[in-house]
Amino acid sequence: MAKKLKTKEDYYLASQWTLMGRKLKKHKLAIAAFIVLAILYLGALFADFLAPYSLEEYDGIYRNTAPSKVHVMHEGEFVGPFIYSLEKTINREDFSVTMSENTEEYYKVKFFVHGCEYKILGFIPCDLHLFGVSEGSKGGSGAKIMLFGADSLGRDIFSRVLLGSRISLSIPFASAFISLFLGITIGSISGYFGGTTDIIIQRIIEVIGAVPQIPLWMALSAAIPAGISTVKMYFYMTLILSFINWTGMARIVRGKFLSLKNEDYVMAARLAGVSTWKIIWKHLVPGFMSYLIVSLTLGIPGSIVGETSMSYLGLGIKSPATSWGVLLQEASSVTDVAANPHKLIPILFVTITVLAFNFLGDGMRDAADPYK
Amino acid sequence: MKESPETCEVSTSPGFLQKGYSMTALKEFLKKDLVQYIIKRVLMFIPTLLLISILVFFVIQLPPGDYVSAHIAALATEGEFVDADYAASLREDYGLDLPVWQQYIKWVKDIIWTPTDSAYYRLYGSHHNWKFSFAYGRDVWSVVEDRLGLTIGVTFIILLFQYVVSIPIAVYASTHQYSAGDYISAFIGFIGTAIPNFILAIILMYLSYVWTGNANVGLFTQEMLQNGIHLYNFGDFLKRMIIPIIVIGTSGTCGIIRSVRAQMLDEVSKQYTLTARAKGVSERTIVMKYCFRAAINPTVSGLGGVLSSLFSGSTVTAMVLNMQIQGPVLFKALQCQDMYLAGAIVMVQAVLVVIGILFSDIILAFLDPRIRYSGGGR
Repeated sequence: MAKKLKTKEDYYLASQWTLMGRKLKKHKLAIAAFIVLAILYLGALFADFLAPYSLEEYDGIYRNTAPSKVHVMHEGEFVGPFIYSLEKTINREDFSVTMSENTEEYYKVKFFVHGCEYKILGFIPCDLHLFGVSEGSKGGSGAKIMLFGADSLGRDIFSRVLLGSRISLSIPFASAFISLFLGITIGSISGYFGGTTDIIIQRIIEVIGAVPQIPLWMALSAAIPAGISTVKMYFYMTLILSFINWTGMARIVRGKFLSLKNEDYVMAARLAGVSTWKIIWKHLVPGFMSYLIVSLTLGIPGSIVGETSMSYLGLGIKSPATSWGVLLQEASSVTDVAANPHKLIPILFVTITVLAFNFLGDGMRDAADPYK
Repeated sequence: MKESPETCEVSTSPGFLQKGYSMTALKEFLKKDLVQYIIKRVLMFIPTLLLISILVFFVIQLPPGDYVSAHIAALATEGEFVDADYAASLREDYGLDLPVWQQYIKWVKDIIWTPTDSAYYRLYGSHHNWKFSFAYGRDVWSVVEDRLGLTIGVTFIILLFQYVVSIPIAVYASTHQYSAGDYISAFIGFIGTAIPNFILAIILMYLSYVWTGNANVGLFTQEMLQNGIHLYNFGDFLKRMIIPIIVIGTSGTCGIIRSVRAQMLDEVSKQYTLTARAKGVSERTIVMKYCFRAAINPTVSGLGGVLSSLFSGSTVTAMVLNMQIQGPVLFKALQCQDMYLAGAIVMVQAVLVVIGILFSDIILAFLDPRIRYSGGGR
């Protein structure tokens, strides 16, 4: 009895965010999505450590090879996970190339091996990698483990997916926050002041919404000067994406302002002598912050797909910088895909990320809805 | 001012339950409200158009350097001789020596009306000077015009497909919440949005090649290009539309399904539905006549957004599938910085979207009486 009372009291005393968190926990799909996203982002953060090779490490012999086969049994005895090195044989008659495994020597997959150097989180120098292959059982070298196969230059797709996720996962995220900021600022000006200001801002929003996105992206990114550094390119892409995405956010903020500013509690606050800015930030913004976060979550997948499409067209991130879109350029035609189906692997990551953001956003929307 | 449709509470109007409501409303609506409302909306169309043109002009001005010198430099590297008179006449035609705002006014003025005694009219016989496309070596409008009909046609077919497929699915999903069908539709919709268009197009092309031995690239067969589209080969044309429809269509259906489903679920739990049910109105009538009409509201107002995302989606897909619509032309124009052509295409697409918004507002005013009584406009 006492316990029941306690929980009831808890319920009424809980803040809006606690209640949201509780409801979200019940939404299993959203929690699963959250875990998947956490893994992906952690993977991006420690990509250098998890990836066995660096972005540019290549081996000509491995050009377009399918994913390495990881074996456990060598000549009938158990040796743990290992791979064989590859041999290229050229058919003298039609010059077709076949790759076969050289089963004489095996290369054990080892954990925490030393490889190329990098900096953890950008400042701690290190050369340790989670896994890799070192020398073979007979002292040979030259085998590479490529879990997702290799691209047309013989670079490891697995490493590139991981290292590329740093750009693919962070640009949409960063631009979502810039659009959130722009959306709240412009939307609240529009909703609070109303009148001519409102009409002008609404027209501008309508226009940006009316111009088809990808053409606008293409037009804007055509203006990015060629040959600029990766960091600058990254900065421009973030700006372009957020320039287009803030409008939806601003409309939501404005609508909420319009419907909330005449509520009784706002009137009460005004009568009590609370200043305008305090009313806005203390009483109005918390009232719809949850909606904003939801639309933020639902807006990110659009940017991810957009960034991928742009990079694919060669308009966004360009080599040597690598994002998932750049990786997918390798799968740009039917013949490529038919000959090397493993090049479609990066698409799995795009799809999983987008789905996870969608599920998480759905769960958060349900949690943020006070009527459910 | 009406609030944005995403956030406003839509329709709990008791008017929906009154007998003969729609006929009287329709008559009255057609008498004065509709005319007034349309006039208001069309007047609002003009400032929107102006803003779009400013945005497009801004995009045209983005690449560094001016258009004519870039063109002349390009010609010079190809070894062509450009005489100074020609260069000067080009500079004058583009108004390059004027301040930027005067350039803009000149650009708009030339598009609206080019006088009969101008060089442009003598050359092309048109009063609307959209400038010259260096990439195609023709005047811009003729390039745009070439593919305009097909672009509108393809977009319209896909739009129709989206609504015809997604609305029944959404109504089914909402009346059978948490059923297998509900989950399946949600899953398919999600996959449609989660896989980027171009990859889906490549995968489908590959599958089509494996299954039928024909990758179905492009909208037309060789034979159609020679003889044109007639009734006897229209089936072939439709067959080639299948992949574009699936690829471009599915990316939008998910959004429509989700919004209609959520709105329907909101509506069926509202008071007026309960009242209708208590009065013994059949479930079918409740769903189709009352809830659906209210639930469709945000979808109708989203027409503009759907149109704009169709144009976006079709650009990349058209390039992969080699479709003869405007998207690839735009891409090419941007790549060689043929900015006036690119600007014209962006402008045309944006105007089409705005016309879509106009239509959706008129339909909306009919669906939801409060909009037209409150003076309309968004």
